[in-house]
Amino acid sequence: MASEEAAVIARGLTKVFGDLVAVNAVDLRIEKRQVYGFLGPNGSGKSTTIRMLCGLLTPTGGNIDVLGMEIPRQAEALRRRIGYMTQHFSLFGDLTVRENLEFLAAVQGLAAAPARRRVAELLEEFHFTGMERQLAATLSGGQKQRLALAGSIVHGPELLFLDEPTSAVDPESRRDFWEKLFELADAGTTLLVSSHYMDEAERCHRLAILDHGALVADGTPAELTGSLEGRTFAVEAWQPRRAKATVLGVPGVISAAQIGNSLRILCDSGDGIEERLSRALDKAGLQARLSAARPTLEDVFVAVTIHQAPGETAETP
Amino acid sequence: MNLRRLWAIVIKELRQLRRDRVTLAMIAGIPVMQLILFGYAINLNLRHLPTAIVDEAQTTASRQLAMDMLATDIIRPVAQATTAEGVMALIHRGEISVGIVIPRDFERRLARGEPVAQVLVDGSDTVVQSAASQLAQLPVTTPATERDRASVPLPRAPISVVSFYNPQRVSAINIVPGLIGIILTMTMVMFTSVAIVRERERGNMELLIATPVSRSELMLGKVLPYGIIGLVQTTLILLLGMWLFGVPVRGSAMDVYWAALLLILANLSLGLLISTRAQSQFQAMQMTFFVFLPSILLSGFMFPFEGMPLPAKWIAEILPLTHFLRLIRGIMLRGADLMELWPEVLALLAFIALMMTLAINRFSKRLD
Repeated sequence: MASEEAAVIARGLTKVFGDLVAVNAVDLRIEKRQVYGFLGPNGSGKSTTIRMLCGLLTPTGGNIDVLGMEIPRQAEALRRRIGYMTQHFSLFGDLTVRENLEFLAAVQGLAAAPARRRVAELLEEFHFTGMERQLAATLSGGQKQRLALAGSIVHGPELLFLDEPTSAVDPESRRDFWEKLFELADAGTTLLVSSHYMDEAERCHRLAILDHGALVADGTPAELTGSLEGRTFAVEAWQPRRAKATVLGVPGVISAAQIGNSLRILCDSGDGIEERLSRALDKAGLQARLSAARPTLEDVFVAVTIHQAPGETAETP
Repeated sequence: MNLRRLWAIVIKELRQLRRDRVTLAMIAGIPVMQLILFGYAINLNLRHLPTAIVDEAQTTASRQLAMDMLATDIIRPVAQATTAEGVMALIHRGEISVGIVIPRDFERRLARGEPVAQVLVDGSDTVVQSAASQLAQLPVTTPATERDRASVPLPRAPISVVSFYNPQRVSAINIVPGLIGIILTMTMVMFTSVAIVRERERGNMELLIATPVSRSELMLGKVLPYGIIGLVQTTLILLLGMWLFGVPVRGSAMDVYWAALLLILANLSLGLLISTRAQSQFQAMQMTFFVFLPSILLSGFMFPFEGMPLPAKWIAEILPLTHFLRLIRGIMLRGADLMELWPEVLALLAFIALMMTLAINRFSKRLD
């Protein structure tokens, strides 16, 4: 079942905690040297899936093959070849930047001399020169994430799991952080990144969207947005709140979100929706301008997660 | 077992410890404080009980008896009285704990073998009572069987107690060796019982178990630094005990350290086991006290092991402190060597092996 190109293959991956089905029959295939995104709201099973793939949680059902190894049976051997960056900062706050990296290098099995070289290299590469003696607990959010990333690649893993690495980081740090991720991907590392930021999802080579433990969409960002072609519209109106109420009353409209003075509308695949919309807006006497809009990943996200509540219309934030 | 990884964990623990001021303060503070508290305050053999002596006879023999009683150091004359009624009033007012009345017909009673003197005791404190009963055992000039009757309100004590190793009955000598055990039990279990839970609470554990570090490396790496600390504490207590209380080390110092090391490892492995079970640091502390209290009460530190009911003895035999106390008292006070006390050594080794195995097996490198 091992494959030359795939870093991760999972079939029917399931995890049940008591009555809760946290991950429900998820099939995954992650090609090597890719940045693979895991998108989903909180509690959708992203972390649980990642933990099962690293061998930290035992799946209730399904098969996992990571780097040609059967998980969880060969989890111990896999640990030398993967890096894992946890969702919450998990380095030692009462150790300095350098001490944290030194510790991880030794624990990952690097010999003394290579470890010294590697730590020096990482300190330089991750801009920690001059702050090596600072306690990790006193670092800013962005610096902590940088240190955690440096720590997770001390041993040069082939596959790196990152669980919401940027959830507590300012936008600029996020951009820098992603630069680093792409450098790693260019150098041949496969990355699995979970996130709930749409702009981050758009950067991934390929995406999986999880909702309530189920895989609801899977593909490249272009494929995913392409599937919504013709289903997204923008409405510009003087009274956007009234326009929104009107639009939501039109059959076939899945969601309408207000962005400033305009509305973003997502519809199901029904035909003739554009006419129905403009008729409804005219009838309501709203001076509104309707136009087709290019679908975004956010639209995809709304479209695939909305099915969980059939018959209801939802608002996107 | 990879030595470099093990060493990395030891270094990491020591570095974290160096920055943990509260724990650092406890390492030195607990031994010093407890030694001074227990050494000075807990004294089961009372001395200098406030006393009044009424000698109505005023003969050479009666004065001799009064001097003998004073020489025991158990009593200290603080008040004056001329009659037995006066003594009773002093006891009643709480000014004295012991009153000694030598009657006018002392010489005649002595000759006839009747009770020669009365020791009146404030019996509201049993410890005082038993201390005073020692007075009643003083030889006068008549045979021992007759002497007992001299202590009219006191219990009969036909067998006199001879104390070989602590002739002055100084409590500190008995208490300091035991105190090494108490302090090591308290601090060692406490340090390691939070060791694993703390990393779980702070989220470090998820990082650690995702690395190739093995369970035994992690467990040993956490035990070793505290083992060193335990030996430092042992040294501190020994030095203070010798300096402040003149506690002797009659056996070899090396044996003292081996015994201490056995107790340290026993407690550390017990702490680790607690740590793998506890859900929070608070829970770990609760469990630590659950072990600590029986250790103090049942090990023979507070009360003699011989006097305990059988079930209590069974529990005591499980506690490492019980075995350590037998070892350390043997080595320090009786000058025994470790090999002579092999059953206790064996018991401690078995305890360490069992706890360590349980801790390593309980600890899972999985999150579920």
